[in-house]
Amino acid sequence: MVELAIDNKISRTSVEDPLAPPCMTPGAMAGSKPYMAAPEHNIKLGFPGELPDDWKEKAIARMGYLAETNRAFKVYLDTCMKCGACTDKCHYYMGSGDPKNMPVARQDLLRGVYRRYFTFAGKYFPKLVGAVDLTKEVLDDWYSYYHQCSECRRCAVFCPIGIDTAEITMAARDILDHVGIGQKYSNEIIGKVMDVGNNLGLNPKALKATMADLEEDIEDETGVAVRIPVDEKGADILLITPSADFFAEPHIDGLIGYAKVFHEAGVSWTVSSYASEAANFGMFIGSEENMAVLCKRIQKAAIELGVKRIIFGECGHAWRVAYNFLNTLGGPFDFLDQDYPIPQHILEFTWGELQKGTLNIDKSRNDEYRLTYHDSCNVARASRMGDEPGGQFEIPRNVLKAVTNNYFEMPEGTTKEQTLCCGGGGGLLTDDLMDIRKKGASPRMHALKQVEEDHGVTHMVAICAICKTQFAKMMPEFGFERDSILSVHQLVSNALIMEGQVDEDDDEDDDMDDVPAMSGAPATGGSL
Amino acid sequence: MITMLYAVLFYIATILLVVGVARRIWTYWNTPQPLKIVLTPAPTTRRGVVLRMVREVVLFETLFKSNKWIWLFGWMFHFGLLLVLLRHLRYFTQPIWWWVSLLQPIGIYAGFVMFAGLVGLLIRRIVVNRVRYISAPSDYLMLLLLLGIGFSGLMMKFVAHPDVVAIKAFFIGLMRFDIHPLPTDLPVLVHLGLVVTLMIIFPISKLMHAPGIFFAPSRTMVDNPREKRYVPASAKGQ
Ligand code: SF4
Ligand code: SF4
Repeated sequence: MVELAIDNKISRTSVEDPLAPPCMTPGAMAGSKPYMAAPEHNIKLGFPGELPDDWKEKAIARMGYLAETNRAFKVYLDTCMKCGACTDKCHYYMGSGDPKNMPVARQDLLRGVYRRYFTFAGKYFPKLVGAVDLTKEVLDDWYSYYHQCSECRRCAVFCPIGIDTAEITMAARDILDHVGIGQKYSNEIIGKVMDVGNNLGLNPKALKATMADLEEDIEDETGVAVRIPVDEKGADILLITPSADFFAEPHIDGLIGYAKVFHEAGVSWTVSSYASEAANFGMFIGSEENMAVLCKRIQKAAIELGVKRIIFGECGHAWRVAYNFLNTLGGPFDFLDQDYPIPQHILEFTWGELQKGTLNIDKSRNDEYRLTYHDSCNVARASRMGDEPGGQFEIPRNVLKAVTNNYFEMPEGTTKEQTLCCGGGGGLLTDDLMDIRKKGASPRMHALKQVEEDHGVTHMVAICAICKTQFAKMMPEFGFERDSILSVHQLVSNALIMEGQVDEDDDEDDDMDDVPAMSGAPATGGSL
Repeated sequence: MITMLYAVLFYIATILLVVGVARRIWTYWNTPQPLKIVLTPAPTTRRGVVLRMVREVVLFETLFKSNKWIWLFGWMFHFGLLLVLLRHLRYFTQPIWWWVSLLQPIGIYAGFVMFAGLVGLLIRRIVVNRVRYISAPSDYLMLLLLLGIGFSGLMMKFVAHPDVVAIKAFFIGLMRFDIHPLPTDLPVLVHLGLVVTLMIIFPISKLMHAPGIFFAPSRTMVDNPREKRYVPASAKGQ
């Protein structure tokens, strides 16, 4: 029974254990709420603008509809046995100690209402089974705590009967949207993609200009005319990448990496200004309809451009949507070349080229980095790369090891299928949720601290646009440099010596790579 | 009188249990799963999924990964219960199947293992603050109900020694619609009363996790969305 006591461990001691259970503090995060969407942003997505008078009936009706049309929702709500195996697995619980952030407690916010209106026991013996009436307070709790879940699925890995809290969170947000309570960040962004084609609202002209600038930069630096084509009809490959790759650091260095790899592989490719976004926030709000609208844009762009293949850039949830849902919601893709995976991940492509030997790599060009790799949750637990289960862990590591010399793993229990979320996924990557983002990031940051101490790791690598943005913001909060987060293809780009490449100026090259060590040095400013 | 009462109760409970569980399974089977939501890494073939499920159900593989204590107590309870149930087949078969007789001696130890597992689960539910937080009264009652069944059963075996031949005649009679008198020792009535209660609440309670585990899409789906286009309408029962 000693261990039982340890389970109740009161406080996180130090760097040593990133997975230590926190001190339970009820209500700690009750005040955390994202900004609500303005009516026009809800209406645009097909939801009521604001809370209608009959919101209660509407919410219950939507819940009933989901129970009839979504097996996961129904089965998960019915069968949880309250075993508690998931209770200490959520990074938001580890970071905040708020018991409503324990996965099963998060589900229970909705399950209590479901039981009250849809089950025999809950209708007649509500107290006995923890069933509750749907009230304004309950709705508030939903809005708060279903926006403290990044839909990362870590809890699902540990649930003996496979309950995935992410599905419940998506359903809850869908119900909220159906009574006019939308989240500003996600709903506005979905609207922007519908209007302009990407999360940023970058129009085709601006996109082309940005890419032309980038081409110039690459040529200045390497002497090689690497192209980043936009809307080029007849190209073989359509690259769908998160729009953050077009401007944010370190994302853009990844984009340069893809362009160089395509260049060296000698394939023709293009991005589309119409479908210039890999991200699909329709998933975050659990709206199949909105997710489908964005998926269809990709199909349309592929048809219009006449491409043969679709490749996705480095992004986590986007790869989940692409890998699992694109074919269902945006398909069929029978017009593409069936000899290639539909869709393919950029890392699958690059790993293929590395194996073929088409890329001239000098690993030592990355020698100033001591690296570790952060598995992004959606890639790790909701997708695959390659033909074998687990390829989503191996292929990124294979690529990293092929282009760098100093690679170290973070502690077991924090990587691969058990990876810890960055804290900013699932629609939480907004300034109004900074507090919970920081709390959610802390377990991962403690794991990073550990490899820093053990192996002198200086940088962490990720393949998700959200992870990269979140970590760039979080690193300084935990005593690291903000640029200690890198893209995988940034390292590929560094190590790759293209045909005819003349490094513009060795001194300047050194300058560029001269990234200060992670801790000790003062945090740099700037914003994303 | 008591015999009739218990006979009627058992008939009702059996109908409720069978119909209730069947209806639930029917609903799960017929509820479509809109999207592929397999939790990866996962098998890429149906065969692989079946193997994964077998490991889950027999070894509680995931639970072992998440929490050794819940795994230990949970496994003790479930496998103790399984053996005990198999041993109870002796009350429903005439002649007793040979392998059921073989189980006879193990069955008794299994009773203790099951009981100990339940006690462990109950203590955990009370002592660990996270599990206490998520527990509703029904969660405790469910454990107490099972403990009551186990306790009254063990009482009969080691203390009260009721007329098992008569009990068997009662159940065989029930199955042939020919009611024989039920011994009225208190442990017998308590034991059977609790079992009837359990049968009635099974289909409307979290005990549905037993069939439910086979319908959790995160585990039961095959990881092949790129190889085979997933279309929900055609995916009934997957
Ligand atoms: S999906 Fe992730 S964020 Fe949500 S409850 Fe589970 S572990 Fe926490
Ligand atoms: S691990 Fe699964 S069954 Fe257990 S409490 Fe959590 S969600 Fe419920």
